[in-house]
Amino acid sequence: MATKQSYIYYPGCSAEATGKPYEISARAVCEHLDIELKELADWNCCGATAYLSVEDIASMAVAARNLAIAESTGLDLITPCSACYITLSKVDHYFEDYPDIRTKINNALSAAGLEYKGGVNVRHLLYVFSEDIGMERLSGMVRADLSLRVAPYYGCQVVRPFTERDSPDVPFAMDEIISALGGDVVDYPLKTKCCSGALIGIDEKTALGLAKPLIECAVRSGADCIVTCCPLCQLNLDAYQYKINKVYGTNYHIPVLFFTQLIGLAFGIDEGRLGLNMNIVPYRPAARAKGASG
Amino acid sequence: MSERIGVYVCHCGTNIAGKVDIDEVVEFAKGLDDVTLVREYKFMCSDPGQSLIQKDIEDGLINRVVVASCSPLMHEKTFRNVCTRGGLNEYLFTMANIREQCSWVHVDVERTTDKAKDLIEAAVRRTRLQEPLTKREVPINPRTLVIGGGIAGIQAALDLADAGKNVVLVEKEPSIGGHMAKFDKTFPTLDCSACILTPKMVSVGQHENIELMSWSEVEDVGGYVGNFNVTVRKKARYVDVDLCNGCGACWEKCPGTRVPRKGNVHEKLSLGPVTSIFIPFMQAVPAIPVIDAETCIRFKNGKCGICAEVCERNAIKYDMEDELVEFEVGNIILATGFQPFDPAQIGNYGYGIFDNVLTAVEFEIMNCASGNTGGNILMADGTEPKSIGIVHCVGSRDKNYNEYCSRVCCMYALKYAHLIKEKIDAEVYDFYIDMRCFGKGYEEFYDRLLGEDVRFVRGKVAEVTEVHLEEAERGKLVVKVEDTLVGSIRRIPLDMVVLCTGLEAHETLPAVANLCNVSIGKDGFVIEKHPKLGPVATATDGVFIAGACQSPKDIPDTVAQASAASSAVLSMITREKIEIESATAEVNEDKCSGCKICNTLCPYLAIKYDEEKGVSVVNEALCKGCGTCVAGCPSNAISAKHFQNNQILAEIEGILRSSSGQAGILA
Amino acid sequence: MNTHKLKQKAIDKDFLDEIAHLPGGERIIDCFQCGTCSGSCPTAHVMDHTPRRLFAMVKAGFREDVLNSNTYWYCTSCYICTVRCPRQIKITDVMYALKRIALKERYVRRKNAAGAFYSSFVDIVERDGRSFEPELMVRFMLKTDPTLLLKNAVLGLKLMKHGRLPIRRNRIKARNELRAIIRKAKSESL
Ligand SMILES: Cc1cc2nc3c(=O)[nH]c(=O)nc-3n(C[C@H](O)[C@H](O)[C@H](O)COP(=O)(O)OP(=O)(O)OC[C@H]3O[C@@H](n4cnc5c(N)ncnc54)[C@H](O)[C@@H]3O)c2cc1C
Ligand code: SF4
Ligand code: SF4
Ligand code: SF4
Ligand code: SF4
Ligand code: SF4
Ligand code: SF4
Repeated sequence: MATKQSYIYYPGCSAEATGKPYEISARAVCEHLDIELKELADWNCCGATAYLSVEDIASMAVAARNLAIAESTGLDLITPCSACYITLSKVDHYFEDYPDIRTKINNALSAAGLEYKGGVNVRHLLYVFSEDIGMERLSGMVRADLSLRVAPYYGCQVVRPFTERDSPDVPFAMDEIISALGGDVVDYPLKTKCCSGALIGIDEKTALGLAKPLIECAVRSGADCIVTCCPLCQLNLDAYQYKINKVYGTNYHIPVLFFTQLIGLAFGIDEGRLGLNMNIVPYRPAARAKGASG
Repeated sequence: MSERIGVYVCHCGTNIAGKVDIDEVVEFAKGLDDVTLVREYKFMCSDPGQSLIQKDIEDGLINRVVVASCSPLMHEKTFRNVCTRGGLNEYLFTMANIREQCSWVHVDVERTTDKAKDLIEAAVRRTRLQEPLTKREVPINPRTLVIGGGIAGIQAALDLADAGKNVVLVEKEPSIGGHMAKFDKTFPTLDCSACILTPKMVSVGQHENIELMSWSEVEDVGGYVGNFNVTVRKKARYVDVDLCNGCGACWEKCPGTRVPRKGNVHEKLSLGPVTSIFIPFMQAVPAIPVIDAETCIRFKNGKCGICAEVCERNAIKYDMEDELVEFEVGNIILATGFQPFDPAQIGNYGYGIFDNVLTAVEFEIMNCASGNTGGNILMADGTEPKSIGIVHCVGSRDKNYNEYCSRVCCMYALKYAHLIKEKIDAEVYDFYIDMRCFGKGYEEFYDRLLGEDVRFVRGKVAEVTEVHLEEAERGKLVVKVEDTLVGSIRRIPLDMVVLCTGLEAHETLPAVANLCNVSIGKDGFVIEKHPKLGPVATATDGVFIAGACQSPKDIPDTVAQASAASSAVLSMITREKIEIESATAEVNEDKCSGCKICNTLCPYLAIKYDEEKGVSVVNEALCKGCGTCVAGCPSNAISAKHFQNNQILAEIEGILRSSSGQAGILA
Repeated sequence: MNTHKLKQKAIDKDFLDEIAHLPGGERIIDCFQCGTCSGSCPTAHVMDHTPRRLFAMVKAGFREDVLNSNTYWYCTSCYICTVRCPRQIKITDVMYALKRIALKERYVRRKNAAGAFYSSFVDIVERDGRSFEPELMVRFMLKTDPTLLLKNAVLGLKLMKHGRLPIRRNRIKARNELRAIIRKAKSESL
């Protein structure tokens, strides 16, 4: 095999908290594929939607601190979190497009002896699997029969507005991965509709109103589970599912998996190493692939 | 003999005088070597302005002319003519561009004035060294090539042919007719498209002055205005045109199919037979079928031959091959038309995903009585829709796709609304951003539609989805849109959605334009000579344009432009001869080493090697004076008349050693 | 949707210019009011004015009304409007810019939940360099509506039980450097 693939890895704050199962499974699967994830040294919060809503240059400089540290490694910066991905990419774009902002960011960074030159390639973990690893290698590693019907849920920020190859309305990267693993992709037209993760803490009623059709549509299309690539989406659809049921009088209990968990299952990696016990809506044996997790 | 140079400084109203101190420039010019006379005038290009120069020449005051005014593109011809009228060889004239390159682009009066002086000094120095050249004339071949047989090409060909001139009409499809042949009715008068088009197509087919080459493509164009050499590839039809009588026995029995099976009513949205041997529609001209080798079973695996069996005329010839024909024409009219925008690019409109989302052209065909639904508006399952949405501006007025307005879709959208209302009892929604009804009778047509119970919603459709949120939406296509006049977001359940796809330049245009040496704009359409004053000509002499290859347009405008193009061609033909540029390249036979490098460099194939003499020779009729060979010749054997090294160096010196003291032109 | 009367008298003709000078706002002048943004927006139904109307108001100079509206607070930053806008206006960026102006000028209505949420988040990040979800939620709820604490107790327990709520907060090492960056950046705000 070729030389070991390595990346600079930016887990994002949720990795330690609500997104823990994502973090665990992403690492397990990468290890299995012999891919090295070098955690970015002393990384800080990207600032997400919130910081940019409050401060302009400060939020950008704080995000850019990560880029400045990553730059010296010369490796692609990978994050599994769609919100981190978009925030870091956005700062990078502002940095490229506005010379004025570029200067100000670097002025601020210089207060900590840092400088960003603009050379970091920020990427989402999903596209490392779809582009760098590729379907052939993924399907070659499958050890367990994954006869699952899967609704691929991308959410917004991984495909908009910075996606280059994938369509912002009908992306296919995750669909391809699921098929390569032997899963059945169900027709899921809401795959890029907003789950309102950004609103859930702020206006729960409105937010649940947005999340409900996503669940409903997946169930209607006959999916055994939803698979997603964003910790906020996963939290919203998984942990809040019981609230949707309460508000709308429904009785949904569809598991919401991270795509890394699905890959792990297909590879036959032990469930414990995939954080499956951390999913709120249990990934029940009934819906489980025959033979997965030995 | 010393030269007597006259310098004429133009004010161009305030265009130049507003930024250049004319008096100062005049004083400066007076001091230049060999300048015997300097005049200034408000508009040099006006009659009195021209007379000034002519009179000075006639009076023997001057024998060389410099006009400091606008760009040569604008008026070089004007002033050259003045010289000729005054009896001076026109190549003893030089233009100094102190408008576009000077007064229009600078702010500071002092420095602008300095730059004007630099430019004039350069022109004066150059003029001094210029040599008289003799004008050359070439005959114009009275035959014309028309590329594209849509309504534009048809009209242009007929106009010329009716005037007694020979035309070769090249159409890449099996039949002429273009898009118009696919329509049922045409806005705003709702005449039946076939009724007005078919007679014209038939005339083309029968006209003694028109040679129709269908299923053919232009492969090469050489030569120059008046004398183009054209090569056309006649694609193998596999049917002998002389034997076939168009009986149709072959396509009735053919088991091959050109259309991928969808298994529903929309599967065969086609006017003609969908078999491998086919004519595109019943009124085709010529009414002679073509075998589509891609889908023909015999070509795939040899296991058929039915068409040959059933053909009583023995017209089927499976071994036919492409044929290349060469001929000469004097002028070319480009009429390659348009192709519809592909809406599958817009994921959120669901084209290609949902059965009942159709493009405008598909909807046209569905409405055609000769189409496979017999003109009935039907959903994929064969039932009649109860509600239809018409979506404007699909791929047009959208920086993500095409920025321009496609100009005809508002009107054909209204046409559809009317046709639907006339044919079936369905609710019609029309989603528009702005209603563009600018032509004769167009606003009146809109007015008529406003009275026909159509629900107009002002808003660009955000998306078409099948996901239902309410019971009423189940099984429907739901259009999401902001009704911007009301200010509310609406979800409108519909049975069918028609996308008013925009018009794009035909995909073959770049290649054809390249052959004819005309440029394509950033919108993909041909660039005309002048957007207002030269809409049918191009920057290449002898190449004209008509119809939708220039920009999206409706049938009335297309026909008008086609007739304009043919009259421009007629005017050329009537002249019989045309003057061509004398500033050509020349090989010094003593210096030429016979290396033949220039032979391959010349973009116009104007240089041939003379075996006997062992040197290269320039064919003056083909040479455009581009200078490529001059720069490329390793023996320095080629020079360009009117662009001799000493002339160009003098011009550069004029700028660099300018008396104004500042190299303003470099700024 | 609340389409209350706008304040004619308070027209600020420079407002368009102000927005056009913020990153992403440059093209707002190109808006031709097609409504693609509103029709695509997942939260337009709860906004006072649809995004399209908000832009018309920006162009006309209804500064007060724009900043007093809830429209931009409801922007979830989903970018669907941005990728679809036929005039390629960076709508989401404009929404961000409006949030910043509103917070700075205290246009925030009392109990504006989004504003409170964002500032709680920022406080924590500026202090620790990392976000800490449990603290964020508690702070936010206390600020806006303490009864939320009770209402969300079940959720909290569920998350805790599944090991998804950490007890200890995470801090970066270079906190001092980070604060220096922030201090400097704030002095250079746009
Ligand atoms: C859905 C729709 C409905 C419309 N309805 C109306 C209406 O009701 N009324 C109205 O006034 N206008 C209408 N129009 C506009 C009308 O179609 C155009 O004005 C007209 O077709 C333009 O004619 P054309 O000859 O320039 O182009 P086309 O009709 O596109 O014809 C071009 C021809 O050139 C051929 N060609 C292309 N490239 C080559 C090549 N390289 N070599 C040889 N041949 C080539 C093509 O095969 C074609 O036959 C409508 C347009 C659309 C899309
Ligand atoms: S090829 Fe033969 S069968 Fe076909 S239309 Fe011509 S004459 Fe008839
Ligand atoms: S040989 Fe080809 S074109 Fe002829 S009938 Fe068979 S399939 Fe059709
Ligand atoms: S003609 Fe009408 S529908 Fe077509 S692009 Fe222009 S405005 Fe849009
Ligand atoms: S100048 Fe030379 S290269 Fe150019 S057209 Fe004439 S012969 Fe050909
Ligand atoms: S989509 Fe763009 S052009 Fe259309 S209303 Fe919204 S901002 Fe304006
Ligand atoms: S980015 Fe904001 S304004 Fe735009 S569609 Fe999404 S929520 Fe609406």
